[in-house]
Amino acid sequence: MAMTMTEKILARSAGKESVSPGDLIMARLDLCLGNDVTAPVAIDEFEKAGFDRVFDPEKIALIPDHFTPNKDIKSAGLVAQMRAFARKHGIVHYYDVGRVGVEHAFLPEQGLVGPGDVVLGADSHTCTYGALGAFATGVGSTDLAGAMATGEAWFRVPESHRFDFDGELGDYVTGKDVVLFTIGQIGVDGALYKAMEFTGPAIRGLSMDSRFTICNMAIEAGGKSGIIAPDEVTKAYVEGRFRRQPLYYTSDPDAWYEKTHSWKADEIPLMVAKPHLPSNTQPAADLGDVRIDQVVIGSCTNGRIEDLRQAAEILRSRKVDKDVRCIVIPATQAIWKQANDEGLFDVFVDAEAVVSAPTCGPCLGGHMGVLAEGERAISTTNRNFVGRMGHPGSEVYLAGPYVAAASAVAGHIATPDQVGGRRRS
Amino acid sequence: MTALRGRAWTFGRDVDTDLIIPARYLNMKTAEELAQHVMEDADPSFAEKVQPGDIVVARENFGCGSSREHAPIALKGAGVSVVIAKSFARIFYRNSFNTGLPILVAPEAVDGITEGDELSVDLATGEIVDLTTGAQFQAQPLPPFMRELVEAGGLLPYLRSRAEG
Repeated sequence: MAMTMTEKILARSAGKESVSPGDLIMARLDLCLGNDVTAPVAIDEFEKAGFDRVFDPEKIALIPDHFTPNKDIKSAGLVAQMRAFARKHGIVHYYDVGRVGVEHAFLPEQGLVGPGDVVLGADSHTCTYGALGAFATGVGSTDLAGAMATGEAWFRVPESHRFDFDGELGDYVTGKDVVLFTIGQIGVDGALYKAMEFTGPAIRGLSMDSRFTICNMAIEAGGKSGIIAPDEVTKAYVEGRFRRQPLYYTSDPDAWYEKTHSWKADEIPLMVAKPHLPSNTQPAADLGDVRIDQVVIGSCTNGRIEDLRQAAEILRSRKVDKDVRCIVIPATQAIWKQANDEGLFDVFVDAEAVVSAPTCGPCLGGHMGVLAEGERAISTTNRNFVGRMGHPGSEVYLAGPYVAAASAVAGHIATPDQVGGRRRS
Repeated sequence: MTALRGRAWTFGRDVDTDLIIPARYLNMKTAEELAQHVMEDADPSFAEKVQPGDIVVARENFGCGSSREHAPIALKGAGVSVVIAKSFARIFYRNSFNTGLPILVAPEAVDGITEGDELSVDLATGEIVDLTTGAQFQAQPLPPFMRELVEAGGLLPYLRSRAEG
């Protein structure tokens, strides 16, 4: 029976020959994870329900990344609870400040998730790992509690929607533009409950970092998961990194898709999503004079080394506009070190941007760059809902690192060409 | 289970979890704390106005965005007895039942209900009655195990009660 790669992965996890969309399955999980917002609630539920042991201390990742290094006493209490639980149960993959990173950049980097996996995460952006050819989906704390106790979770096998990109992407156009374009086309519930499979030459031509960005935002179209078929790029990333045996699944040529969208990659411009939905997109060049107060470059969406290099190409030998605060947040310790080794921090500091420790921080209005009433930011993060980065009267525009960095220089939303293009060292 | 009864509070489409409970309050986790800030960025006075039993009525894609279970916990903590919408975002749908907040998909009811109307909702039959106008609507009823799950207070209490039963 012809199946999509999502169906093949779910069939394996359920111990079945095949599954079809709509089937309810009980899946064995390869990894489950929670963060400092969701894990404490899961731990409460786990303990209230009377469980006294976890199913496998090597298959649970507890990642305090949202409000760390802790911003206040309450958030410190949440991490203290996680830390105590991790000690009590011998959780192998608990990481503290100095070792931790933003979960969806950190787990792939550390080889804790990989091709063929079924991953359940108490964080909506768990769908990021689909970039490796895994089935990964976000849930809430109670589902995580059940998963920590049993190693299993039930799923309804989703219908797959295919998003095919032919041709090549234009200059400066990255995975962020591809996914914002997609969400702009189909809306914030355009793929509700669906597996979003990204295909075509333009996708195969992307780096892993850009692929992570695309799958990361599947949830912003309502998707249950995002996925990209593993290829040589995937294998090169996984080799020597992934700690288990990778399972490379691809979709059968005659697999069934509920919908197929086909677009030409060279027609995708540099994109921006305006307040207050990720689907409220417009080409960056058409925006006019939208003044900004703050720029954020980081997050599980765009805080990887390629993103920082792109920002540095624009900020090199330039200054951030005098009325703008530019905050750069490498997503993990390893990315931080690599950016430092490559001299990118010199570029950022010379441009009068600030470099932060790894954290989710301002993406969800936590800390490290919260907006006041009436302020406006352009950010490489994933959500621009009302109040997302601070005061409910503030605004967030979403874009990729090139547009964010160019906007920092211009003081208003701008494309790289509008500030004179890239500069290499 | 007797019918739920309360006043309707209406909202538009794509009500995201940052509107239901802003991330600046995610350093808290109890229902009592979270309930004080429920729907704050959509309607700053909602938490003061909402009464036990009241019913949230919204359009498409209610609960989109983050996976925070704090969203249904906050609604339930504020006394909201049921959420009726045209459609729900996937993670919110799962989280609501898991935390014992019943939710119903009923597009016609959403179109027919006005804010402030007094509603009666029977989860067993799926019948929604607008007591202010007399209009009746039908949602898909909850299957028995889902009602038991809601009555138990969520997934884990339900699993425990089954294990003990």
